Amino acid sequence: MTDGVATPITPVSRGESNGEIRIEASAIGDRIYKWATTGFALLIPGLLILVAFEVFRAGWPALSKFGFSFLTSSDWDAVNGKFGAAPAIYGTLVSSAIALIIATPLAVGVAIFLSEFAPSWLRQILAFLVDLLAAIPSVVYGLWALLVLVPAMREHLMPFVKETLHLGDFPLFSGPAYGPSMLAAGCILAIMVLPYISAVTREVLMAVPRSQREAALALGATRWEMIRDAVVPYARSGIIGGIILGLGRALGETMAVAMVIGNRHEISVSLFQPGYTMASLIANELSEATNDIHLSALMGIGAVLFLITIIVNSIARWLVWQTGRTRA
Amino acid sequence: MPMTTYHRTHEFGGSVKHLLAIAAAAATWSCSPGSKDQATTNDTTKPTAATATSSNDAGGLTGAGATFPQPLYQKWFDEYATKTGVKINYQPIGSGGGIRQFTEGTVDFGASEAPMTDEEMSKLKAPAYHIPTTVGVVAITYNVPGVTEPLKLTGPVVADIFLGKIKKWNDTRITSLNPGATLPASDILVVHRAEGSGTTFIFSSYLAAVSPAWKTSPGAGKELQWPVGLGAQGSQGVTGQIKQTAGSVGYIELAFAKQNKLGTALLQNADGQFVAPTAEGGSAAAEGAVSKLPANTDYRVSILNASGATTYPIASFTWLLVPTKPTDAAKAKRLADFLRWAMTDGQKDASALDYAPLPQSLSTRLMTRIDSIAPGGAR
Repeated sequence: MTDGVATPITPVSRGESNGEIRIEASAIGDRIYKWATTGFALLIPGLLILVAFEVFRAGWPALSKFGFSFLTSSDWDAVNGKFGAAPAIYGTLVSSAIALIIATPLAVGVAIFLSEFAPSWLRQILAFLVDLLAAIPSVVYGLWALLVLVPAMREHLMPFVKETLHLGDFPLFSGPAYGPSMLAAGCILAIMVLPYISAVTREVLMAVPRSQREAALALGATRWEMIRDAVVPYARSGIIGGIILGLGRALGETMAVAMVIGNRHEISVSLFQPGYTMASLIANELSEATNDIHLSALMGIGAVLFLITIIVNSIARWLVWQTGRTRA
Repeated sequence: MPMTTYHRTHEFGGSVKHLLAIAAAAATWSCSPGSKDQATTNDTTKPTAATATSSNDAGGLTGAGATFPQPLYQKWFDEYATKTGVKINYQPIGSGGGIRQFTEGTVDFGASEAPMTDEEMSKLKAPAYHIPTTVGVVAITYNVPGVTEPLKLTGPVVADIFLGKIKKWNDTRITSLNPGATLPASDILVVHRAEGSGTTFIFSSYLAAVSPAWKTSPGAGKELQWPVGLGAQGSQGVTGQIKQTAGSVGYIELAFAKQNKLGTALLQNADGQFVAPTAEGGSAAAEGAVSKLPANTDYRVSILNASGATTYPIASFTWLLVPTKPTDAAKAKRLADFLRWAMTDGQKDASALDYAPLPQSLSTRLMTRIDSIAPGGAR
């Protein structure tokens, strides 16, 4: 980022010899501009490092006290001061995975329809509506999920799966049907990340050159074959980028998840059982965490979430880079 | 020096709730000379300019803490501001945050649903009083189809339900208490608060008092390792979950149970009577407990499972934490005046909002304690 800002500015004044005064003036202006933009560009990573440092420092007492068991233990007992983040880590990853599994095909489908099939008047309206999903505050999503989605799951989906399909003993669907569950959290997250994936995918698909499509059609491809073989592969790394954006949103989402996941410190394979995520755990407990080790454990969770986000994003970056390379 | 950075760094974090909580934690968590200096320059370094300082904050008071009595406090502060012009800025950030802010001296008073522990008291820079303001009552609510009359429960049975030892509604330990009721053979779905809360503290303290098994684990606290059930967010979340889910049971403040017309259990009290959760039952608990207190009590007392035929067993004081000798004379007077008002006129608001008013005997005793609040703290 810094390179992009700095390079176009440097050549302007250095070697010139005519009209000294004007050049001096513009050189000063250029220099101010250069330093200002460089400063802004450095501010962001600077802040990031500061946040990371503070979170790790505040979480250090808990991280050092519990050591590796902080990541593997399922104990979260504020009364006796024992803390383990495993259920929250598991819940964060699983709920985000469910969200992506549901949202990706939908979002890509929406984007393909909008960029390839929809007439332009419909495209504008639909694109606007899909983008609008991103503007809804997460508490509103949570409220809707609590009042509509969760009761619907408890009264229709869960009995249907358990009794009509006789899958009640299948591990993924076992246990009592509370309603608030890992599945409910995954579903609400899916709706929340869908506009991000869809907006990016749409833009990327629309940026695929016309010649690419015309070439495929000229070779005798049907419209579907043209999209499948010429358009989507060309846009693949961009689509993955969109999915990563959605994943980032899902990993960090707090409010809506806290309202529907059931907030239980337990790892359960069943999607119908309550769970917990790291972000909702911090939000729930920070205001009433009275003793130092409890506070530190919550900050430790923040640090772990920070690390996991970095790891997941690095893997995703690498994926984008890989797909970009194989195409070329 | 270390913590001052917290404000800045975290404010880019996200949700408002985060922000508030982190800001509160940051302001109070550990000794930060920055924030302490601010607080003390206001109050102590200019003792001669006491009047100037008070005009500075427009003749008000600041407080922070408990959310449990917040509806009542809000009404009090509104009413008191209209009546006297003294504005009280109260932030319901939770008891934990309230205690931290009060300890740091960033607020004039704190508020807590749980009395400060001896360890917390030892961290205070100046002595403080616990002033009970009202009695909170926690109701056990349920949604069991086919049950028309209020269910009767005993403390040990409630504990075993929440421990997961009693799993079905038609367990003999429940049916034997309710011979007339038709109880279904369905699972008991336990609902509890997800976030740390004063309601949980009161409820779990009661269970620890009546059940040795509960006392060993999970014990009493604002946030527990629950053996069974799921966590819903806030009183409203628990209420909604119980309303929606057949077979569920949970605990909520009396006001929520009444406003939502949920079924509430009759609970057996220490005298063996089955009592419905009411404000009167809460006041009776306070009455019974207070008569036994010594004159020099610090009021950090539990009124759970108190004796008396009409006493409801899950009741607890909620406290304001006030300095015994505020450093600022004008503030000391303002604080004492407000507390006197809260003990008298303020108590009339309590029952309207489903809080139990303090018994007369107690508010009279508290008046003398409030009268002893005088300026002249450490410089």
